[in-house]
Amino acid sequence: MQTTLDQTKARALRGTIRIESAVKVYGNPQNGVVAVDHCSLECPPGEISMVVGPSGCGKTTLLNAIAGFHSLTSGAIYLDDEMLCGPGKPKADPGSDRIVVFQNGALFPWKTNIENVIFGPVMQGKLAVKEAKDKARTMMAEAGLSGIENDYPGQISSGVRRRVEIVRALMNDPKVLLLDEPYRALDSLTKSVMHESLLETCYRNRITVFFITHDLEEAIFLGDQVVIMTSRPCRTKKLLKIDLPHPRDYSIVTSRRFRELMDETMDAVHEEAMKAFELGEREG
Amino acid sequence: MFALAQLPTMLGTRATARAIIAITLAAVFWEIGSRFGDWTGARLPFIGVVPPPSRVLLVWYNLIGDYGYWQSWYLSFLRVLGGFGAAMVLGIPFGMALALNRTFYQTAFPTFEVLRPIPPLAWVPAAILFWPTQELSIAFITFLGAFYTIVINVVGGARSIDARYIQSANAMGASRWTVFRRVVLPSTLPSIIVGASVGMGVTWEVVVAAEMISGGGSSMGSGTGGGTGGGLGFFIWNSYTGGSYEQIIVGMISIGIAGYISSSAIRALGDRIAPWLKPR
Repeated sequence: MQTTLDQTKARALRGTIRIESAVKVYGNPQNGVVAVDHCSLECPPGEISMVVGPSGCGKTTLLNAIAGFHSLTSGAIYLDDEMLCGPGKPKADPGSDRIVVFQNGALFPWKTNIENVIFGPVMQGKLAVKEAKDKARTMMAEAGLSGIENDYPGQISSGVRRRVEIVRALMNDPKVLLLDEPYRALDSLTKSVMHESLLETCYRNRITVFFITHDLEEAIFLGDQVVIMTSRPCRTKKLLKIDLPHPRDYSIVTSRRFRELMDETMDAVHEEAMKAFELGEREG
Repeated sequence: MFALAQLPTMLGTRATARAIIAITLAAVFWEIGSRFGDWTGARLPFIGVVPPPSRVLLVWYNLIGDYGYWQSWYLSFLRVLGGFGAAMVLGIPFGMALALNRTFYQTAFPTFEVLRPIPPLAWVPAAILFWPTQELSIAFITFLGAFYTIVINVVGGARSIDARYIQSANAMGASRWTVFRRVVLPSTLPSIIVGASVGMGVTWEVVVAAEMISGGGSSMGSGTGGGTGGGLGFFIWNSYTGGSYEQIIVGMISIGIAGYISSSAIRALGDRIAPWLKPR
């Protein structure tokens, strides 16, 4: 009985991201551009955290620091109890426990879809090619992606590409999925299909998601919490728990609670957008 | 589905028909143009001095069984393949090193850039002095023709790799070598293929000129351009000195065909090694 409890606890702990007063200054530390200024944030395990803020506010800088693509100037980031970066270690090591899905997608165009999907586990030597392919076929089938295994990414639509990329990410069995406006370039109809399929994937895999967007509706529909960032420098302005029941489908968009949440966030976001706009005016 | 599968072949036959019609029409105009003077007494400028295609075809037909003529093809192809092959073998690693290593770039690139604008043909006298045999001089000049183009394309391709590919590969646990082998190399491949096809074209231009200049030396053969110097460029030059204008044209068209065959081969090879680039 005790072990079961411990296991549950361990699983519950899996994938908490804690950002503690992160600072990122580009250029000279004294008079450089401050992109992120003492930003603190916690993403609970197995939940979807939506990070909303005006363009260029420094959200992506934060994501890059978690992924280990860029360093932090000060502050720390933890994944569960492990320090990814912090004092004495400005840059995290990229790792398969945190996989990024980029805005325009980064499937390798020279590999077929299934070769893309098996890349991680095969490179890490976790699975042999044959086993990896079996697993990939199963996961692609679950995501409704059967029949395109041997096509190249250039032969499928951008929406389907994004879904393949999420399957590729999940094949690494990551604790955290880092999504940087993955659906920005998609039309709104495709977007709604993508949203429902992402939620389904998250229900199935219980994975922590750090999702950057500036689409409020997307944020509230997908999120367990919505974090609104200030315009540059980036700091958390408002944290909102989304109490809409799971599983969600697109009908809740018209519900009263959804509209209330939209109103609640709209003002904060609009204020920051105006600030960012004025900042841009002054600089231009 | 069936009709769709047949579409490429239908397009193919239509394309072939168009090509044949265009070539035939061009030949007819050429024939009329060059015979116009015989018929009316008023010779047309430029085209009037060119022998008509009917006479060229006749001369060509007589050459079909000529050993020297095919020897010219063989020698030119050998030089092109040798020079081009050496340019690929040396140019791809050289370009990769330039693109990926800053120190090497800063050291080697200035020298490379000074040498690059020198036309391969300006190397002819120096090459004759440098290399012990005439064959090596020609191969060297051919090599230069393709080398610069290939290097520049490899550098450009390897430098414009999308950082996201490398970042994702890193996150998924790829080592430095794996990133090079599985990400950098395949994403540079399209540029390598472009560099190769352009370089192949330059190689043909250069080999012919080099043969005309250095192939007409003491080692020249007789008659229809066999000999040890030889090659299609020498074939043309020899026909010119021999006064056979039809053979000049035969030589020119032969080079056109040889170049076309070479580029098609490169394209076919490119489609094979980079199937994701094939138009859908």
